[in-house]
Amino acid sequence: MYDGGKIIIGLIIGIGLFLSPFFYNAGKAAKAPDPQLTEKAKEAQVCVGTKEYMRESHFSLLDEWRHTAVRDGERYYTAYNGKKYYKSLQVTCMDCHSNKTKFCDQCHNYLDVDPYCWDCHIVPEEKK
Amino acid sequence: MGVDRREFLKIAGYATLFGLGGKAAIDILAPGELEASMEGIPLTQGKRWSMVLDMRKCLKQQEAGKDGCKECIIACHREHNVPDWGNPMHAIKWIWQDKYEHVFPDTPNQFIDEGVRHKPFILMCNHCFNPPCVRVCPTQATFKRDDGIVSMDMHRCIGCRFCMAACPYGSRSFNWGDPRKAPKELNPDYPTNPAYPERSMGVVEKCNFCVELVAKGEFPACVQACDKIKVNALNFGDLDAPESNVRKLLREHYTIRRKPALGTEPNLFYII
Repeated sequence: MYDGGKIIIGLIIGIGLFLSPFFYNAGKAAKAPDPQLTEKAKEAQVCVGTKEYMRESHFSLLDEWRHTAVRDGERYYTAYNGKKYYKSLQVTCMDCHSNKTKFCDQCHNYLDVDPYCWDCHIVPEEKK
Repeated sequence: MGVDRREFLKIAGYATLFGLGGKAAIDILAPGELEASMEGIPLTQGKRWSMVLDMRKCLKQQEAGKDGCKECIIACHREHNVPDWGNPMHAIKWIWQDKYEHVFPDTPNQFIDEGVRHKPFILMCNHCFNPPCVRVCPTQATFKRDDGIVSMDMHRCIGCRFCMAACPYGSRSFNWGDPRKAPKELNPDYPTNPAYPERSMGVVEKCNFCVELVAKGEFPACVQACDKIKVNALNFGDLDAPESNVRKLLREHYTIRRKPALGTEPNLFYII
């Protein structure tokens, strides 16, 4: 092999550079999302669905809401516990969960999902 | 390899024969279906929201004030977070004004009554009974509800602007910029209604006859604003109910509609 030494040194440097992020972050786990409830949400105790359902399928529910409210004109939702809610992300959901950065964004950032809800829907003002 | 002249003519001949037979073949196999799909959307039956604008009252009120009356326009734009871009080319029009001659261009008259000549008429979406915008929308983002309101589903709009080309009334506006970036000095307290969404750049929007208020059993924002100053020029009601306020007004007054010859059947009526 001509110039074997140079090639091997180059390979080692190259692989080292490629693996450097793994060494840099070794032993450090990414911070798990920890969504916070507001005082109002804590007080209310119940949401429009069970905690498990909301955690796993809130996006399906919101999709169904936007479809039925906008297209079919059905603007009220009867929850699992029989309570009626006005179908609105901006008015109903964000009334309790008014802390978007601590409630929505935590998981969305962790999972790298970028819902476009906020392109149009207004985010409630958060107290710092 | 290659197609000689004789071969090409043969292929062309067969293709022509097949083309001529195509429609006949469909007619034999599935009679009427081709025509049905060409007819377009079925017209929804049932209730039919409409508005009767009494321009006599409206113009009287506009002349009473120094800068004219813009209560309905202000109320609508506040309700729906409609930004002011300060540039007529980027204007977002839900409810707006134009001269009589521009509003009713198919009734030209050189010696028109002074009472309407150059007078500012109130314009908004006509919520046509046979809306051309709905026919052309490729994503069904704009659609006609069962109650006759031509509504927009902003989630589906791809901003192709076919509807703007189709609407003969100029009732649709395109968001050339993000409404949140509208000039601050013109929109100091924007967004004005935290209960209603804004739009994003690249969607088309228009008057929605206040579906969100009608759902709550309230009159549209413009009607409420007009009633608040006791002018009552805007009358919102169901055209399908024979005893409704709008049907009564239509029975008692001569009304005109914009460009009726186009067959869109506007649901806005003007008393002049």
